[in-house]
Amino acid sequence: MRADAAGERGAAGRFFDRVAGGLRVWWTMLAISIEERLVYRGDFVIGTLMRFLPIVTQVFLWTAVFNATSRPDIAGYSRNDIVAYYLLTMVTRAFSSMPGLSGGIARGIRDGSVKKYLVQPVDYVAALLAARVAHKLVYYLVATLPFAGVFYVCRDYFPPAPPVGTIAAYLLSLVLSFLLGFFMEATLGMLGFWFLEVSSIIFAYMLVQYLLSGHMFPIDMLAGIPTGIGGTTVADVVRWLPFEYTAYFPAAVWLGKIRGADLARDLALEAAWVVVMAVACRIAWWRGTRRYSAFGG
Amino acid sequence: MPRHLRILATFARACLVRDMTFRGNFLLECLTSIGWMSMNLAFYLLVFTFTPEIGRGTGWSREPFFAFVATGLVINSIVQALFMPSAEELTEMIHTGGLDAVLVQPLDAQFLLSMHRVDFSAFANGLVGLGLLGWAVSRMDHAPPPVAWLLYPLFIACGVAILYGLIIMLAAATIFMGRNQSLYDFWFYLTNFSRYPAEIYAGPWGGPLRTLCTFVIPILLVVNVPARVVAMPLTDAAWASMAAAVVAAAGALVASRLVFQAALARYRSASS
Repeated sequence: MRADAAGERGAAGRFFDRVAGGLRVWWTMLAISIEERLVYRGDFVIGTLMRFLPIVTQVFLWTAVFNATSRPDIAGYSRNDIVAYYLLTMVTRAFSSMPGLSGGIARGIRDGSVKKYLVQPVDYVAALLAARVAHKLVYYLVATLPFAGVFYVCRDYFPPAPPVGTIAAYLLSLVLSFLLGFFMEATLGMLGFWFLEVSSIIFAYMLVQYLLSGHMFPIDMLAGIPTGIGGTTVADVVRWLPFEYTAYFPAAVWLGKIRGADLARDLALEAAWVVVMAVACRIAWWRGTRRYSAFGG
Repeated sequence: MPRHLRILATFARACLVRDMTFRGNFLLECLTSIGWMSMNLAFYLLVFTFTPEIGRGTGWSREPFFAFVATGLVINSIVQALFMPSAEELTEMIHTGGLDAVLVQPLDAQFLLSMHRVDFSAFANGLVGLGLLGWAVSRMDHAPPPVAWLLYPLFIACGVAILYGLIIMLAAATIFMGRNQSLYDFWFYLTNFSRYPAEIYAGPWGGPLRTLCTFVIPILLVVNVPARVVAMPLTDAAWASMAAAVVAAAGALVASRLVFQAALARYRSASS
């Protein structure tokens, strides 16, 4: 009996050792990535502030549109709602956008640098995730101040703060949008195992993503455009795709456009998309590395 | 000048040969830029399902606005084709010492650095822009007078000259700073202000911004002036803005020349 207990403790101990070892490796990868990112912190600050410039033109454009029309709102959005929406999509994009991820993966496959992950005891997807978390942490560290400044200046455009439950749902949707953006772009990059050049596929993805994510305008504005199929609108079709979770959805949650059962259902759908894309990413990695061949030292 | 034109033609021919060597890639690049442009056009069409015009009483209803957009496409395609590819290479040339080789050539360095590469695929948007302009003008309530069509290319050239001046000054900043990726991003974000009619910049924030982008960095004159020539009646205010565009274009060319020369005087070679 005592031997069994000792054996169980030993197995549990080995399990915890492995978990602790894995976490140590992950933490080391994270620390290295953070140091790399901080080298260009000046560029980061300037780049962050500049990303707000297109929003300035959008604010003036929509103000002019509302001036010219007698409508109090467009697709349920007042002028202030639209300004707040664009600012909130900037926050979502700060989580979900993955600049250089898919291109970097495809390049690594093409030039052979990915092969080190085949011989080292480091999981490639985990390493990429750690690097991306580091990238985002440094980004938030540097970007918080300019974001806070812009949001303070524009505070009158926002409705009163939503209830705590909505804020919690908003934060959850942001974390999920980060994971969804990561796994979607990582999967895209792994197409490099099958195609020598994926830049055109990446471009097509960016185009679709930009249009259908709600980055350009709230998805609700497509609700009046019929597809011609069984009374469904373009907005209905877009809502069944994962793109809206990378810009529109969190912003709409904060603004109270999605509530109650709809909110719970959409959060579940977003989580489901994360799982689907994470599995797709794993499958792409397994199957890709099986057919991968490289030469050289 | 004929010598410079001959050399420019030689550069263009070499770039065209290179583009035609990789025809698939060339076609893809054309489709790429047309794809982005189509997306923006779809956005503008969507906006006009909610409003009859951009700004109350401004006159920028759907057709004049699309004439404005078309003008922007034509100007930007010229700039993207003729100047941007060369300017983008400058940072690399400074790091590798390639700029040294340019400076010892028996040719003006600014000419060589700003025009040695031509991106023919960027003209695709310009061609679509011309088609869009024809469509928009044919559907407008008033046809532009013949003088408008004479003035239009002149003010397209003024818009191109203003943007060229800006690019050269940013290229000069590269020489000063060694690295300026953010400044090139800044160029794209800055030109974003020229994408809409100047009338949208109104109110306590918009007024000063409009003044800044008209008289300090004359980015609002780039598209607004030629677009107004064909899309709006030629009023006294229009003639005044045309004069401002000519002055701004000349000023941008002179200022960029001075800044570029000052930057070259401070250049220290990176090569051994």
